[in-house]
Amino acid sequence: MMKQHFLAAAVLASALTAAQQTTAEELSIVCSNEQDWCDLMTSAFTDKTGIGVSMVRKSTGETLAQVRAEAGNPKIDVWWGGTGDPHLIAAAEGLTQPSTVDTSELLGWAQRMADISEGRTIGIHLGVLGVAYNEDVLKEKGIAPPACWKDLADPQYKGEIQVANPNSSGTAYTQLATLVQVFGEDEAFKLLREIGKNVNQYTKSGSAPSKAAARGETGISIGFMHDMVKLAKKGFPLKIVSPCEGTGYEVGGVSIINGTRNFDAAKKFVEFALSAEAQSLGPQVGVYNVPSNKNATLPPEAPDPSTIKLIDYDFATYGSSETRERLLKRWDEEVKGTDN
Amino acid sequence: MKRIVFQWIATGLAGFCLIPWYMTDSGFWRFRWLGDLTLSENAPALLQVLLHGRFWLAGALIALVAAAIVQIAVKSPVRAARFTAAIAAAGLAWTMLQGLIIVRSGPRLFHDLLANTPAETGQIGFGAGAAVTLLGLLFVLTTAISGMGRGRGDAFVTGMIGLIVSLVGIFVFYPVVHILISAFQTRTGLFDLALFISRFFDPEIWGIGCLIGQGGCGPAINSLILAIATGAGTTLLGLAFALIFTRTQFIAKPLLRVLSVIPIITPPFVIGLALILLFGRTGAATELFSDIFGIEKSRWLYSFWGIYIAQMLSFTPIAFLVLIGVVEGVSPSMEEASQTLNANRWQTFVRVTLPLMRPGLAAAFLLGFIESLADFGNPLVLGGNFNVLSTEIYFSIVGAVANPARAATLAIVLLALTLGAFLAQRRWVGTKSYATVTGKADSGVHVGLSAGVKWVCYLAALPWAAFTAIVYSMIIFGSFVKLWGYDHSFTLEHYIRAFGTKIRDGVLKFSGVAWDSYFTTLKIASIAAPLTALVGLTTAYLLVRQNFRGKSAFEFSTMLSFAIPGTVIGVSYVLAFNFPPIELTGTAIILIVVFVFRNMPVGVRGGIAAMSQLDRSLDEASITLGANTFTTVRRVIAPLLGPAMVAALTYSFVRAITSVSAVIFLYTAKHNMATTFIVGRVENGDYGLAIAYSAVLIVTMLAVILATQLMLGRRRLRRETRIEATGTTGARV
Repeated sequence: MMKQHFLAAAVLASALTAAQQTTAEELSIVCSNEQDWCDLMTSAFTDKTGIGVSMVRKSTGETLAQVRAEAGNPKIDVWWGGTGDPHLIAAAEGLTQPSTVDTSELLGWAQRMADISEGRTIGIHLGVLGVAYNEDVLKEKGIAPPACWKDLADPQYKGEIQVANPNSSGTAYTQLATLVQVFGEDEAFKLLREIGKNVNQYTKSGSAPSKAAARGETGISIGFMHDMVKLAKKGFPLKIVSPCEGTGYEVGGVSIINGTRNFDAAKKFVEFALSAEAQSLGPQVGVYNVPSNKNATLPPEAPDPSTIKLIDYDFATYGSSETRERLLKRWDEEVKGTDN
Repeated sequence: MKRIVFQWIATGLAGFCLIPWYMTDSGFWRFRWLGDLTLSENAPALLQVLLHGRFWLAGALIALVAAAIVQIAVKSPVRAARFTAAIAAAGLAWTMLQGLIIVRSGPRLFHDLLANTPAETGQIGFGAGAAVTLLGLLFVLTTAISGMGRGRGDAFVTGMIGLIVSLVGIFVFYPVVHILISAFQTRTGLFDLALFISRFFDPEIWGIGCLIGQGGCGPAINSLILAIATGAGTTLLGLAFALIFTRTQFIAKPLLRVLSVIPIITPPFVIGLALILLFGRTGAATELFSDIFGIEKSRWLYSFWGIYIAQMLSFTPIAFLVLIGVVEGVSPSMEEASQTLNANRWQTFVRVTLPLMRPGLAAAFLLGFIESLADFGNPLVLGGNFNVLSTEIYFSIVGAVANPARAATLAIVLLALTLGAFLAQRRWVGTKSYATVTGKADSGVHVGLSAGVKWVCYLAALPWAAFTAIVYSMIIFGSFVKLWGYDHSFTLEHYIRAFGTKIRDGVLKFSGVAWDSYFTTLKIASIAAPLTALVGLTTAYLLVRQNFRGKSAFEFSTMLSFAIPGTVIGVSYVLAFNFPPIELTGTAIILIVVFVFRNMPVGVRGGIAAMSQLDRSLDEASITLGANTFTTVRRVIAPLLGPAMVAALTYSFVRAITSVSAVIFLYTAKHNMATTFIVGRVENGDYGLAIAYSAVLIVTMLAVILATQLMLGRRRLRRETRIEATGTTGARV
C-alpha cells in the first residue's frame, strides 16, 4: 500500500515535470515567412554570428495573438516577416520596442515604416498586390483576361473570381484599402459591390484564392504577386496581371518584442535581416518579393517595381484601427451580403 | 485511514523539504539542481523560507505539521478527520493564493502589507517541489474527507475525485475562464451583463435565413445543422461497421477494420485536399462525370456538403471505436431470451439489442456532434461561404481585426450548443440499467442480424469503405507525384526531402527536414496517450460507479475542453500558463497537458458507455471477497474495458499527432509538431512534402493502433464468442 502511494505520487510528479525546460540561452524568433526562407535565415545568421537561434514559423495573425497573450512575460525575442499591418498594430499597442538599428541603407518605403512606428518595426520586403488568372480555365470558357481593377466587374467573370475576406485576411484588407485609395471611398465600394457579384467565394485565408486559381478551382484570384510567382514557377498555368489603375502593396516587417531578455542578440538579428547579404539569399528558396536593402540583389522573377504602377500607399491612415474598423464595417454592410 | 494520511503528509513534507520548489531553469530530471540546493531558484521550500526569507511559503509546512498533530492528538476519528480536512484545505488554498498573488514582478495585491519583504522581488512558477507538496496536501484532504464518511469512506474514491476535480479545475476551468471572461467585458475592461446578452443573441450569429429561404444562416445555426447531421450520420455509419464486425461473417474483416479507422489518423487539410482533387471543379471525379453524363462542372463541394462529407470521413471512426465495444458487450442471453419468447431477429434487434446499446449510441452521437462543432480544418478548406462557429472564432482571434470579445461570445454560443446536446443525450439515455455483463455464466449465442438489417449495414458501410479506399489511394498517389493535381510524373523526391538519411563517419544521420518534428511528435503523443486514457477512464469510473455531489456539473465540465475550439484553448493556455504560479509555456509539458485534457472526453464517453454494461454485482463480488476499490478497478473493471481502453489510447495518440489548432500558440522550435510542420508546408503550396509526411504519419499511426489492439483489444467476456449463423440452412461458422 505504501509503495503504491509513493509510486502514484512519483508518476504524477514526473508527469508534471517531464521535460521541464523553460529558458533558452538562444534567441527565440518567430518567422512569418515561408518555411524554407525561415530555415535558411536561421542557419545563415548562426553561421555569421555564432548566436544560436530557435526559430518557429507562425502566420502573422497567430503571432500577433500570441504576442498579445504573452505580453509582460514574452517568450519570443524577435518577430520577423509577414505583412506589415500586424507589425504596425503590435507597435501601436506597445508590444514591440524600437530596435535602434541604422536604416540608412534601406529604400524609402522601408524607412517610412520605421518612421510610422517610431522604429518599432522596419520594412524588410515589399509585396505587390495583383490579379492572377488560370490560363487554361479562361481559354476553355472563352473569356479574355482582365487588365484593370474595373475589368473585374465585367459580368463575363461571373462566378470566376475568388478573393479573401478582409475581416480575416490582411491581403484582402490591403486590396480594399488600395481600391479606396485609387478610386475614392464611395467609388471603391461601388466597384467592390459589382466585383462581388462575380465572386464565387470570400476565402478566410489571403493566399487561398491564388492556390485555387492555380488548380483551376476558380478562374481569377486577387492576392500578392510573390505568392502567384511561386505557384507559376511550380508549373501551374497561372498568369499575373498588374492592374492598370495602379496597385497597392504590403511591407513586411521585423520587430523586437517588448521585454525581451536578449535585446543585444535580437538587435544583431534585425541588423542581419536588413543587410544586403541576407536579403540577397531569398531567391535561393523561392522568395520573390522586393528586398528593402538598396544593395540587395533583386531576384529576376520578382515583380519589377518599375513596370508596375504602384500607388503611394498611406500606411499611417489605412493601418490605423479607426479607419480599418470603419472600412470593414462598411464592407460587411455593403459588399459581403450582396450576392451568393 | 490514519496510516494513509501520514503517508501523504510524509509525501508533502518530502516535496517541501527536499525538492526544488520553483521551476528550475535546467529542468528537473537533469538533477543539476542537486549541485547547489541553496541557490534562490534551486532551493526547496524549507530553504526558501530559512535562507531567502520567502516566509509566505511556510503555509504548506504549517498545514502539514498541523495535520500530523491533529492526527496524533485528536482521539475521535471523525473529529480528527474533520480538523485534518479543514487544515489541509486551508493549506492548499493558501499555497495557491500566494502563487497567484506574488508573481514574477512582485505582489499583485497587498502591496502595503508586503512592502520591504522579499516578496517585492517576485517569484517564479511552481516547480516539482510545489507539485509534490500540493499533491500531498490534496490527498491528505481527500483522505480526511473519506474519514468523515463521504465516498463510502473509501480513500481511493475520494482521492481520485479530488485529483480529477483539481486537474480539470487547473487545466480546463482556470485557462478557459481567462478567455471567456472577455465576452462580458466592455472595451475598457468593465463588466456588463447586458452587453453580453446583446452579443450572445446577435441576429448575425443566430440568423435563420437559410431555413426560410432568404440568404444564408448565421454561423450558430449552420454549425448546429452540420453537427446534428454529422453526429447522426457518423453514429449510424459507425453502428453499421460495428454490427458487421461483431454480428456477421463478413470475409474481409481485417481490411474493413483498417479502412474503418484510417480516416481518424489523417492529418488535417489532407482529407479536404483529397476531396477537392476528386470533386472540386477540376477534380478527377468531376471531370469523369462531366465527360460521361455531361454534368456541368460546378463548385458544389465548397458548401455544406463538402464539409459534411469530410467530417463524415473524419469522425465515423470515433463512433465506430466507441460502438464496437458496446455492441460486443450486449449479452447474448437477453437476445436468446427474446428469441425464446418467440421474437424474430428483427424484433430482437429493435426491441432488445438496440435499446441495450443506447449509452453507446448516445456517446457516439455526442462525440460526433462535438467534433463537428469544434472542427476547424475541414470548414476552412471546404467551407466556401458556409460559415461555421469554429472558423469564425479562429478569425476573430487571428484575423485582420482581432476581436477577443466576439471570439469569446461565439465560444460561449458553441458551449451552449454542446450543453444542449449533452443534456439531450442524458435525457435520452435516462436512468435505466444497461448492464449486460454480469459475470454470470453467459454462454449464449449472439443473434445474427436479420437479413434486412444486415443488408442495410452492408449497403451503408461497404460503399463508404470503398470511398475511403479511393480517397486514401489518392493521398498516397499524391505523395509520389511531382505536383499533385497538375504534374503527375512519378518521383520520390518528397520522401527523400522529408525523411532522407545519410551515413556520415559511419553514423546514421537523419538529414531529412521532417525527422525532428516527427520524433518530437511521437514522443509527446506517446506520453500523452496513456495519461489521457488513464484520466479519461478514471473519470468515467467515478461517473458511473460513484455518487457524489455536483456529479452532473463535473461530468459536463470534463467535456468543456473538448467542446471549445482548439484556437480558444490555445490562447487561453497562453493567457493562463505564461505567468506564475503555473508557468508552462515553451515547455513540452504544456503540449502534453493540452492533449490530455482536450482528448480526455473520448476516454470518458467511451468508458461510460462500456462501464454502463458492467453489472455492479461484479464490483460487489470483488469487494465482498476482500479486495479494496483500487484492486477492484485494477483486477476486475480494467480488464473488462479493453475496447474502451483501445479507443481512448488510439484516439488520444492519434489526436496528439493530428491536432493543429490547439497547439498553434503552444509549440516552439524545440517542440515542433508534425502537423504545424505540415500546415506550414501546405500554406507554402508545398503539397508533395506535406502529403509525403502525412503518408508516413498514417503508416506510423496505423502500426501503433494495430499493436495496441493486439495487446489490449481482446477481452474475454464469454467462454466463447459465437455468432449465430445467419444463413437459413445449416451453420456456416
